[in-house]
Amino acid sequence: MQIYPCPFCGPRDETEFSFGGEAGNDRPEPAEKISAERWAQYLYTQDNPRGNSHEIWVHLTCDEVFVMERDTVTHEVIGTKSLRQEDAK
Amino acid sequence: MTRRYNAFSLIKEGLSGQKGWKPAWRSPEPKKQYDVIIVGGGGHGLATAYYLAKNHGITRVAILERGWLGGGNTGRNTVTIRSNYFYPESVALYELSLKLYEKLGRELNYNIMFSQRGVLSLIHSEPEMEMAARLCNAMQINGTDAEILDVEAVQELVPILNFNADARYPIFGATIQKRGGVARHDAVAWGYARAADAMGVDIIQGCEVLDFIKEGGKCVGVETNRGTIRANKVGVAVAGNSTVMAKLGGYELPIHSYTLQACVSEPIKPCLNTVVVSPPIGTYLSQSDKGEMIIGGGLDRVPSYNQKGNPPAAETVISGMLEMFPVLRQLRLMRQWGGTVDVTPDSSPIIGPSGVPGIYLNCGWGTGGFKAIPAGGWLFSHLLAKDEHHEISRPFDLDRFTKGSLIDEAAGSGIAH
Repeated sequence: MQIYPCPFCGPRDETEFSFGGEAGNDRPEPAEKISAERWAQYLYTQDNPRGNSHEIWVHLTCDEVFVMERDTVTHEVIGTKSLRQEDAK
Repeated sequence: MTRRYNAFSLIKEGLSGQKGWKPAWRSPEPKKQYDVIIVGGGGHGLATAYYLAKNHGITRVAILERGWLGGGNTGRNTVTIRSNYFYPESVALYELSLKLYEKLGRELNYNIMFSQRGVLSLIHSEPEMEMAARLCNAMQINGTDAEILDVEAVQELVPILNFNADARYPIFGATIQKRGGVARHDAVAWGYARAADAMGVDIIQGCEVLDFIKEGGKCVGVETNRGTIRANKVGVAVAGNSTVMAKLGGYELPIHSYTLQACVSEPIKPCLNTVVVSPPIGTYLSQSDKGEMIIGGGLDRVPSYNQKGNPPAAETVISGMLEMFPVLRQLRLMRQWGGTVDVTPDSSPIIGPSGVPGIYLNCGWGTGGFKAIPAGGWLFSHLLAKDEHHEISRPFDLDRFTKGSLIDEAAGSGIAH
């Protein structure tokens, strides 16, 4: 069992969290002017890094969304940040 | 020297001290130039090389494997073979595979121990019964075998299931594909390797691709830890590491890598003669010829390359399995392992050009790659040899994501991957 640190609630069991996608995949705007290729890329293409990864996670018990930096090979959690902190950077 | 396996060669070798057996394939040094390079020495890569030689007469082929032959997902799956999918495109693909599997042992002169003991998918509620009827109808229309069983028929087939009225997962019935079953996974890899090697294919283990060589925008070979190897075409069949290769090659994929776990119990006397699947719980159970209960399940929920797996996913699968098979509660687990699987948004594979001239893709099989090895090899070799799709692989091209023509088997047949 792994422990993930929620930026709002502190360290919690991994079963309380849900993976929400890769961080930094912003919706292309304006949507009506976006090509099918770019739209498919936004919807489906994954970076899927082997090693260091920035991901969006949801803490299901407090319903907050945040960014978690982890290693996809070792499963080490490097850090978590609320989206507000992430935007300020 | 003994190359073919049969009763006569067994007796001959038995009488002469087993000294005539030779290694089933060579371990050659890589040449400078090939017609086709296949990256990945798993089932799909080996089958592709075999059909390139056999169906298309292309024998100047190298398989480059970073680790050892069949050491990835080919050696880590739960050996189930079935074609119980919903959409016509999927049934055509997996049915081709099942039909090739039915003749494979004889064709390769290698006992792959394919046992068509049936794949039974349990139904735990009345609404699921309706959905199962829909799936069975679709499968029959698409030309494969499927039947619905009532509770009594399930009880006759698998008496060790929990049929009590207060069971946590009550059993309303099941669908069965009787031509489905299990095969020895290592034997599939070794059989294809031996047959491909005999036709001149070079299988090069311990050879990691470090980069793709491009000239004028076209891929003309690869840099490896064992030197530069050139070829007109490079086929990539590396499952969980597909996006790692994509970054080297300069193309993009809609793939996430996840861990899929499996485990086996200590061996017990035969008590289960079919493969039992519970789609809602995501549990797979079959009994190996050695007597071990082979337990598989759904994906870990965490993107991962670590080939181990986290306990929560294992707990879900094993606790669900024990609810359905209380008789197995005293068994001890012998081994647990994980594989890195390549999951696409629509749970269907990707076969086709990568977008970079000279690089071709066979990936995205998710949790279901083993059953598809012969078809994957058959269709990928067609693509590599002719530079155009086989009609069965056409719908599985990467362009389906741009066109929106997804083949969503997660929604269609409830496949978990």
